[in-house]
Amino acid sequence: MIPSLILRTSARSLLVLLLLFSVFELLRGHNDPGGGFIGGLLAAAAFSLYALAYGVDPARAVLRLHPLTVAGAGLLVAAAAGAAALVRGESFLTGLWYPDPLPGIGKVSSVLVFDVGVYLVVLGTTLLIVFTLGGEEE
Amino acid sequence: MLYLLALVIGGLFAVALYLMLRRNIVQLVFGLLILGPATNLLIFTVGGLVRASPPIVPNGATAPPPGVADPLPQALVLTAIVIGFALTAFAAVLVKRVYKVTGTDDSDELRSTDT
Amino acid sequence: MGYDPTPMIDPMILAVLLPFAVVPLAPALARALGRWTGWVVAVVPAGIFLSIWRWLPIAPGQVHTTVYSWVPDLGVQLAFLADGLSITFVLLITGIGALVCIYAGGYLGSDPRLGRFYAYLLAFMGAMLGVVLSDNVITLFVFWELTSVTSYLLIGFDHHTENARSSALKALVVTAAGGLALLVGFILMMIAGGQLGLDGAEAGRLSALANVDLRGHGYYPAIFALVLLGCLTKSAQWPFHFWLPAAMAGPTPVSSYLHSATMVKAGIYLLARLHPMLGETWLWNDFVTFFGLITMLLGAIGTVGQKDLKRILAYSTLAVLGTLVMLIGIGTEVAIKTAVVYLFAHALYKASLFMVAGNVDHETGTRDVNVLGGLRRLMPFTAAAGTLAALSKAGAPPMFGFIGKELLYTTQISIENVGAWLILAALVANVALVASALMVSVKPFLGRLQETPKKPHEAPLSMLVGPVLLAGLGLLRGLQPEPFENNVGSAAASAILGDTVTMKLKLWHGVDPSALAVMGLSFLTLAAGYWLFTLIRARVSPIGGAMRRAAEFGPARWYELALAGLYRGAERVTRVIQDGYLRHYLFTILVVALVVAVWPLVQAMPLELGVDTVGWRAHEIVVAFLVLAGAILAAVLRSRLASVAALGAMGAAIVVLFMLFSAPDLAMTQMVVETLTVILLVLVFYHLPPVVRRSGAASRSRDLLVAIGFGALMSVLVLAVAAVHPAKDVSEYFLAESYPSAHGQNVVNVILVDFRAMDTLGEIAVLAVAGLGVFALVRLRARREEEGS
Repeated sequence: MIPSLILRTSARSLLVLLLLFSVFELLRGHNDPGGGFIGGLLAAAAFSLYALAYGVDPARAVLRLHPLTVAGAGLLVAAAAGAAALVRGESFLTGLWYPDPLPGIGKVSSVLVFDVGVYLVVLGTTLLIVFTLGGEEE
Repeated sequence: MLYLLALVIGGLFAVALYLMLRRNIVQLVFGLLILGPATNLLIFTVGGLVRASPPIVPNGATAPPPGVADPLPQALVLTAIVIGFALTAFAAVLVKRVYKVTGTDDSDELRSTDT
Repeated sequence: MGYDPTPMIDPMILAVLLPFAVVPLAPALARALGRWTGWVVAVVPAGIFLSIWRWLPIAPGQVHTTVYSWVPDLGVQLAFLADGLSITFVLLITGIGALVCIYAGGYLGSDPRLGRFYAYLLAFMGAMLGVVLSDNVITLFVFWELTSVTSYLLIGFDHHTENARSSALKALVVTAAGGLALLVGFILMMIAGGQLGLDGAEAGRLSALANVDLRGHGYYPAIFALVLLGCLTKSAQWPFHFWLPAAMAGPTPVSSYLHSATMVKAGIYLLARLHPMLGETWLWNDFVTFFGLITMLLGAIGTVGQKDLKRILAYSTLAVLGTLVMLIGIGTEVAIKTAVVYLFAHALYKASLFMVAGNVDHETGTRDVNVLGGLRRLMPFTAAAGTLAALSKAGAPPMFGFIGKELLYTTQISIENVGAWLILAALVANVALVASALMVSVKPFLGRLQETPKKPHEAPLSMLVGPVLLAGLGLLRGLQPEPFENNVGSAAASAILGDTVTMKLKLWHGVDPSALAVMGLSFLTLAAGYWLFTLIRARVSPIGGAMRRAAEFGPARWYELALAGLYRGAERVTRVIQDGYLRHYLFTILVVALVVAVWPLVQAMPLELGVDTVGWRAHEIVVAFLVLAGAILAAVLRSRLASVAALGAMGAAIVVLFMLFSAPDLAMTQMVVETLTVILLVLVFYHLPPVVRRSGAASRSRDLLVAIGFGALMSVLVLAVAAVHPAKDVSEYFLAESYPSAHGQNVVNVILVDFRAMDTLGEIAVLAVAGLGVFALVRLRARREEEGS
C-alpha cells in the first residue's frame, strides 16, 4: 500500500490533535459524553492513522512503550484504583473523591483513575492488534 | 420507528447469518461484522427509543430531567461495541492465518486438523 | 462425667472440617516428616475420635444436634446430628482411620507420593464423617458423592497401571450413578415431607422426616426404590457388587479402610438411618432382604475360588455386607441388634485382616495363597494378629465375631415361614467364611516355609500397631461385651429401630433349647468350614477357574458391555453431528435455535407487540434504510474492499441512529470503532483473493430461507420484548443517584466506572486477553515459521 501524500502530511498533526482530543474526552467523560472507552479508542485511532501513513515501526517508535505494556499497566491502574478503597476500609471499587478540584482536570477521584486504566487498556489492546497486523503485512 | 427498526434488525440478522453460512471464510468474518451491530441495535431498541434527551444531568441540577433515555442499555452496548471490535479483530486475524497456512479460503477444505 | 458441656468447638463441626483443613497441608507434612508422616497425620482422626469419645456413654434415644444457618435467605442450613448410630460410625471411621494412617506410613515407606496419599485419605475421611453426621439430606448427598470421588482417587492411586484406572472408574461410575438416584430420592423425600406439614429447611432434615409418615405418602415406592438403588451401589450389593473386588487394585491401606469401616458401610449406614422412616413395609422387608441374601451367598461362594489374599477378603466382605443388608431388611429387634454387633465385629477384623494381608504381601512380594506358608516364625506378630482376626471372622469363641454369629442364627430361627431357608443360607455363607478365614490366616503362617519372591521378615512397628490392636480389641470385646453395649451398642440399635431397646450380649446363653440349637449351628459351621478349607486348599485352581468363567456372564460383563455401547453410541453421534463442515455446524445450531425460540412464541399467541412511542420522521427512515442497505451491499458485492466500504457505510448510519436517539456516548464509540475496523480490514484482507461463488443454487436458497426465517424471528422478538415493560428500578436508581452519590453528570459513564465498575474491570480484562490472542496468533506462528525455514 502506498499512502497518499495528503495522508502523510496530515498524519503528524492529526496524531497530536487526536491524542489531545482523546485526553479531553477522557477527562470530561464523567460529566459529558466521553470517557475511557472513547478516549482510548480515539488515541488508538490516532496511532493507527500514523501507522497507515508512515508504517508500523515509526508508529511504534512514537508510542515508545510496547502496546502490551500499556494494556497491562492499564489493568493494574484500574485494579489499583479499586483497591484504594480497601485501604480506607470501604469495599472494592468504591469511589473516593479528592475534595478540591484541580485546575485543568477538574475533580480528582479514584473513579477518574479507574477510567484512566480503561483508557490505557483500550489503547494498548487496540494498538496491539493494529500493530501486530500491520507488522505482518510488511 | 420501532417497527422499522425491528425490520432493520431482522434484516441485519438475516444478512449476517446468510454470510456466515457461506463457504468463504472472509464472508464468515463479514457476517460476524454485521452480527455485532445487529445485536447492539437490538438491545438499544428494546431498551426504549427516546429522541434528543441523553441521560446526562444538566449543569446546576442534581438529577436528569424526567423522560431521558435509559442509561443502562447504553452502558451495556458501549462495552459490547468495544469488545465486539476486539472479537472481530481476532476473527479477522484467524481467517488471515488460515489462508496463509492452508492457502485456501474455503471452509470445506479445512476439515483436517493437520496443516 | 465431669466434662464441659459446651466445648469451644462443636465436636461434629470439628470432625467434618478438620480432615479437609489438613488436606492442603499433607504434601508439605510428608516432605518435612518423611516416614514419620503417618504417626503425625494420625493425630487428626485420633483427635476427632477423642473429642467424640467424650460423649460416651450415649444413652438410647439420646441425640446431639448442631444447626448452622448457611444461606439464611434461602432457608438452607447445615445440620448435624449424632446419635448412637452416628457415633458408632464416627468412632470406627476415626479409630480405624488413625491406625490406617500409621499403617500406610510403613506400607508406602519412602514413596514420593506419600503426601498426595494422605491428602486423598484425609479428604475421604472428612467426606465419610460428613455422611454419618449430616442431618440435612442435601448435605448428606454432597458428602456421599464426595466419598465416591475421593475413593476414586484412592483406588486409582497407582494410576500408571491400566488396571487401577479402570477399577477406579468402575467404582466411581457405579457408586456415583447410584448417588444420583439417591439425590432424586432425597428430593422426593423433601417434597413429601413438605406436603406432610414440614416447613422449609425442616423438610430436608432426617430428624424431622422421622416424625412424619413417609410410608403412607404416595411417593413412598419411588423414594424407596431410588434410595435403595443408592445404598445397593454404595455397599456393593448384587447386581452392583462387581466394583468391590475390582477395587482391590488400590493400595492395601486403602482396601483396609474402604472395605472395613467406611466406603462400603456408607450404604449400610444410610439403610440403617432410614430404617425408622422407610422400613417395616413389605417392600422394604422383601427387597432389602432379598438383595442382601443374594449378595451374602454370592460373596461367600466367591471366596472359595480365589487364591489372591486380597480377593478372598474382598469376596468375604461382600458376604458380610450382604448379611448386614439382609439383617436390616428383616428389621426385627434381634435382627437389628445382630446387625450392630456384626457391623462392629466386621469392621475390627476386616481392617485387621487386610493389614495382615498387606504385611504378608509387603514382606514376601506375593499375595498368592498357594505359594505362601510357614511364615509364623518369621512374622510372629502378624501371624498372631491374623489368627485372632480370622477367629473372629470365623465366629469362633470367645471372639466378638462369635457373638455376632450366634445372634445371626438366633435371628434366623426367630423368623417364621422362611426361617429354615434363611438358616440354610446363613449356614452356607458362614461355612464359606470360616474356610476363607482359614485360607487367609492359617495357610500363609502354618506348614512349611515356602519360597517367595522376597526374603520375608517381620513388618515394621507402624504396620503392626493396627492389626494387633484391632484383632486384640475383637478378643477383648468378645470376652467382655458390656462396655460396647452400654456405651454405643444399645443406642445404635435404638437409633436404627426408632425405639428404645437394650442390648444384652453374652458368650454363653445357658441351656434352654433354642440357645442350644444356636450353639449347635455355630459349631457345625466351624466344623464344616474346616472341612471346606482342607478341600479347597488341595484344589483351589480349578474352582477358581470355574468361578471366573461364571463371572463372565455376570453383572461385571453387563457393565463392560454397557460402557462399550456408550462409547460406540457417542462416537456415532459425534460422527453425524461433527462432520467437519463449519457451515453444517452453524446450520444445525441455527435450525435448532429457530425451533427452540419459535415454540414459546407460538405458545404465547396472540403476541402482544410493542407500541411505537416516537412516531415517524423522514430523515430517520432514510438512515434506518441506509443501515440495511450497507449490510446487503456488503453481502452482494464481489470485491472485498467494496464490501468493507459498504460495512463502513452501515456503521456510519448506525452512528447517526445512536445520535438521533439520545446516545452520544454510543455514537462516538461506534464512530471510532468503525474507523479502526476499516483500517484493520484493509490491512488484513488486502492480499486475499476475491470472493468466488462456491455453493450451488439449491444450498444458497436453503441458507437464505433459514437466514430470513431467523431474521424474521429477531424482528418479532424485538417487538415482543418492547411490549414488556421491565421494572426500571435499577435505571431509576442510576439516574437519581448519579450526581448526588457518584458526582458524575454523564450517567452512562458513571455506570461504567462507578456503579458497575466491577463489570467494567472484567470487561477490560477480556479485552486485553483478546488482544493477547491476536498477538500470540500472529507472532508465535511467525516465529515458528522463521525457525522452521
